[in-house]
Amino acid sequence: MSYLNLENLSKSFKDDKVILNLNAKIDKGEFFVVFGPSGSGKTVLLRLLSGIMLLDNGEIEMDSQVINEFQPEERDISMAFQNFALYPHMKAYDNIASPLRADNKNIPDDEIDQKVKEVASLLKIEHVLNQFPKELSNGQKQRTSLARSLISKPSVVLLDDPLRNVDAKIRFEMRLELPRVLKEFNTTVIYVTQDFREAMALGDRIAVLYDGKFNDINSPKNIYQNPSSLTTAKLFGDPTINNFDANIKKQNDFVHVDVKGEQFKLKRKTDIQDGDCIIGIRPEDIILSNEPSENSIEVEFRTKTPLNLRIVFLVRLNNGLEFLCSTTEEESQLIDENKKMYISFLDEKSHFFDKETKRNLE
Amino acid sequence: MKFNVWVLLKILAYIAIIMFFLFPIAWIFNMSFMTNEEILRKVPVLFYEPTLKNYIGLWKGEIAIEGFATMYVYFKQNLINSAILSVGSVSVTLLLGVPAAYAFARYKFKGGEDIAFTLLSFRFAPALLIILPLNLYFSKIGLYDSYFALIWVYQLITLPLLLWIVRGYFEDISPDIEYAYRLDGHSWFQSFWRISIPLAKPGIAAASLLCFIYAWNNFVFALILGSSQIQPVTVGALAFITASAIPYGLIACGIVVSVLPTLILALFIQKYLVQGLSLGAIKG
Repeated sequence: MSYLNLENLSKSFKDDKVILNLNAKIDKGEFFVVFGPSGSGKTVLLRLLSGIMLLDNGEIEMDSQVINEFQPEERDISMAFQNFALYPHMKAYDNIASPLRADNKNIPDDEIDQKVKEVASLLKIEHVLNQFPKELSNGQKQRTSLARSLISKPSVVLLDDPLRNVDAKIRFEMRLELPRVLKEFNTTVIYVTQDFREAMALGDRIAVLYDGKFNDINSPKNIYQNPSSLTTAKLFGDPTINNFDANIKKQNDFVHVDVKGEQFKLKRKTDIQDGDCIIGIRPEDIILSNEPSENSIEVEFRTKTPLNLRIVFLVRLNNGLEFLCSTTEEESQLIDENKKMYISFLDEKSHFFDKETKRNLE
Repeated sequence: MKFNVWVLLKILAYIAIIMFFLFPIAWIFNMSFMTNEEILRKVPVLFYEPTLKNYIGLWKGEIAIEGFATMYVYFKQNLINSAILSVGSVSVTLLLGVPAAYAFARYKFKGGEDIAFTLLSFRFAPALLIILPLNLYFSKIGLYDSYFALIWVYQLITLPLLLWIVRGYFEDISPDIEYAYRLDGHSWFQSFWRISIPLAKPGIAAASLLCFIYAWNNFVFALILGSSQIQPVTVGALAFITASAIPYGLIACGIVVSVLPTLILALFIQKYLVQGLSLGAIKG
């Protein structure tokens, strides 16, 4: 039995259907990442869950209780806002203590003090507790906001892209630190991000949000290796997956591909039907070489650029089709752009998508 | 500092501006310590023997002017009236205006903008346009010559002012801060009381001060809608001008005294007017 059940959630603003029949089942203690491009409704979803916005339709069930009509303060859900939303007129200490000071909790001051210091030391912000938000750096603000969302040990913590507004160094630190901190609190986490690397680094499962619903809910590895649609495949990966219309024909362990007159073979076992489809091949699954090999295609060099410690080449087939190929630094040094270049494809690494629906055909 | 022509011109400009604004006040201040004779001398005197006669007279309510009969004024009562009316109006305005401003800032409701604009439009209407019918109504329903009636009418001036200023301040507060407080487990009212109001405090303070000044300085409503029993200093000062004499020293003295409360209030509120309290807590 799942802990948090989202059933057919819908929310629209005038004619804009932001969330449409969204479903998910989230387990207790799970680190659930909601990933989606900007404007896909991630923040709206969190606001629906927290009760800041009300649903048009659907049901939110938490611990076998429907909480649709609950006020935000009644839900036992906390949230760290993307913009931190610290109280500017209160010191960091009082910001963090705020959830413990709610009327219904009745916690004595010395206990509050102890808890604030505990969570502050966990997040390494003890030294700024006496400062006002405007005196804090972005990283400290972000930690303060996290501390506030965790201190009362809520059943569900919503994190709205918490690493978005901090610089790259802190983002990296926090990406390492967050799982450790969250584990201490043993709480269910719904984490929103639009960085697929963050999603893959943190999530137990990732839900991919676009068109108003979760299109994939799966482990990071499965989503990357077996995306349910071309859209998902494009969202995960940088540079994005190469994709092109082609006509395919199976033969033994091979798939014969015909792209605008250019023909090549992929070593790939599959049971999809012959005919037109879209083929997706990730840039790192393409092998670049100056020597021709079996099943390789001659290409023309266009340009290359470094990206995330790898080198990305843009090459072109005779028929004009362009491919992005990603190689390691060392591999790229072995390639002489002034000589003839060939590409071939790693075995079993290509994806086939339907031309109309863009769904994965396997 | 580099001393050149521009700096010199700037200093001269400052002096001109200061003279323009402060000289009349300084002059009045001086006058309040002079006798009528000294004031009315054809060549103004710069050095004179200051006297507290005017102040004492104002306090006692009677003053003897050389060559004329003794004058009686009710300035003390006028001052008390002014205080009651201004403090009363501002209090009512705060009570009604702050929640209303919050509602206009946060909630979109049917006709909301129209209501807000209608309230603002009260300030477009010339006071004389509404004052005659009001005078008739108030006489009929027995409100004429009461503090209550004047405080009520003063809302026409103060409420729209406060509403529109404070509304802007509420709009500048990110709703996320309020939501965050609610998610911490506090009720809607607590988030309004402990988050929204403290954050809008500079705006509320500034607007209250302005309202107080407008209420304090109001003349025409009090002139027409009340008798001398409830009239504030602005109207009361009229009584200084009689057929037999114009006691300039006394008038100057009355002005100085009636400016003081507003001045003190402004100095006191100044520290709340500090801007930028909410800067830094929100990113992006």
